[in-house]
Amino acid sequence: MSAKQASPKPNQPVSKKTNNRNRSQFAEIMRNLKRNKGAVIGICIIALIVVLTVITNLTVDYNEKIIRQVASERLQKPSTEHPFGTDQYGRDIFLRVLYGGRYSLLVGIVAVMVSLSIGGVLGIIAGYFGGLTESIIMRTCDIFSSIPSMLLAICISTAFGANIFILMISVGVVTVPAFARVARASVMTVRDQEFIEAARAIGASRFSIMFTHILPNSLAPIIVQVTMRVGSAIITAASLSFLGLGVPAPAPEWGAMLSEGRSFIRNYSYMTMFPGLAIVLTVLSINLIGDGLRDAMDPKLKR
Amino acid sequence: MDMSLDIILNVKNLVVHYETESGTVEAVGGIDIALKKKHALGLVGETGAGKTTTARALLRLIPDPPGVVKSGVIELDGDDILKKSVRELETIRGKDISMIFQDPMTALNPVFTVGEQIAESIRLHESVSNKEAYERAKKMLELVGIPGFRAVEYPHQFSGGMKQRVVIAIALACHTKLLIADEPTTALDVTIQAQVLELMKRLKNEYETAMIMITHDLGIVADMCDEVAVMYAGRIIEKGTLEDVFNHTRHPYTEGLFNSLPNIEDRKAKLKPIPGLMPDPTALPEGCAFSPRCPYAKELCGKKRPQPRWISDTHMVECLRYEEPVFRIVREDIN
Repeated sequence: MSAKQASPKPNQPVSKKTNNRNRSQFAEIMRNLKRNKGAVIGICIIALIVVLTVITNLTVDYNEKIIRQVASERLQKPSTEHPFGTDQYGRDIFLRVLYGGRYSLLVGIVAVMVSLSIGGVLGIIAGYFGGLTESIIMRTCDIFSSIPSMLLAICISTAFGANIFILMISVGVVTVPAFARVARASVMTVRDQEFIEAARAIGASRFSIMFTHILPNSLAPIIVQVTMRVGSAIITAASLSFLGLGVPAPAPEWGAMLSEGRSFIRNYSYMTMFPGLAIVLTVLSINLIGDGLRDAMDPKLKR
Repeated sequence: MDMSLDIILNVKNLVVHYETESGTVEAVGGIDIALKKKHALGLVGETGAGKTTTARALLRLIPDPPGVVKSGVIELDGDDILKKSVRELETIRGKDISMIFQDPMTALNPVFTVGEQIAESIRLHESVSNKEAYERAKKMLELVGIPGFRAVEYPHQFSGGMKQRVVIAIALACHTKLLIADEPTTALDVTIQAQVLELMKRLKNEYETAMIMITHDLGIVADMCDEVAVMYAGRIIEKGTLEDVFNHTRHPYTEGLFNSLPNIEDRKAKLKPIPGLMPDPTALPEGCAFSPRCPYAKELCGKKRPQPRWISDTHMVECLRYEEPVFRIVREDIN
């Protein structure tokens, strides 16, 4: 047996080598991801957007540069001074777009975390217990997903008022059924495997079986779902802001900026073009990463 | 008095049904087992005889639905397992009874290192620190013949035989009183089989564990066990000591099992398989379940259920033909 052959060797190099092998699953995914050009481009763009957003938020004064109205500089075309031009109140669109990244990214990520934690837990419980529990959870999810998601988000936002927290929650709640379904499906494939029964046979509790044995084994589709959903959450958030139900007025949310520029689109199209481009670029690169992750985690695609 | 203290597992009239839409399957139809401490019982029978269901019932691991334990008593060291709450069961599983599964390839969780998996079993049942549990896991690993530094590796880095060693290490990590091995070597090739059996035998003696070995390999039973119980269609049809069952075979089915083994001395001899198939478990015959295949069957066998018949203190057989005092099967008393 290989164990017996390995033991006479000095311990140090052997265990070092095995340590490298241990990371293989994560390393393998990363390697596959690196091979995917789309995903690499996506990661670069997202990294750039995040860095620019963070820098702008740290260095630019919100009251002076982002929301202060300067009548003398209103509606200027893109120039070296204002790379994206200015809006009807004379605010610099370049800075506003960069600053506004915080809302979209934050809403996107927090909303997905909200729906992941609710939907994921519901899905795991439904998938693990089956029977009546599953029926109740999944049928409730069916009812929720039969309401158009935009309508549901609008309802929640109007009912609880327009601010960023409500926006995050309403965008998150809308995707709960999707997460529950993915988590349930993936738990069901793991649930009946023998090592779960073996865990039961050594006396592991139901809670620990669900969250320490089943969850890590069903994570791959959930991770993919998370990345994919961040993109659509950003779009939903922007749409709500466009309708005036998201982040309130002076804040430079991308959707809200689109909405403001709408009436100037004939003569000053750059006012809508740049925030629109920002949304497209962000969502596109997140989706590219999501696609890449899905391919990287699919063992059937291994070459 | 002394007798009852000596008994670790006492199963009485255990009945397990699988209730499906297409009918009720009587997987286990009223069996009795009394296993002494440190003893090993071989549970033999063909596929579908109810061996695995019996083993799972001992741990209350029968998938429910559709499985239902209809009646019976399972006393482990005097405590009735069937009366325990889920919480109490969690403390018993792995601590007092543990199980070795048939296929080591799937019995280990692929996302944890083998060390973590052994340590988990220790951590669940003993109040030790994580670090201590891990150290003990390493020791267990060495005990089953795997160098301790490999505890940081994942199951996919181990061969089948080594995985089964890990499974054994997990099962024995808490000095369990009763070990149930469900065909522990079926998925392994013969050379590894011998190693794993040798290891189990050694550890069983070292830890003074009682064992139930489920297998359809009579050779393994002869090698590992003190007692044998032969199951057919959910009932134990013959049981006794190794000597009783192997050398003084009484039941026609047990005879059939021995006849279907290849004979090493006469290699050209044709195998004599038992004709026919196991009866449909949703519609067992009214009388003796083996009667349709039994070469000795009389008309009465198909009508009346045989009751346990004790030939000696240790040897039990369920066969109606023994009501005739002169009845003998061909193989009886080969020595």
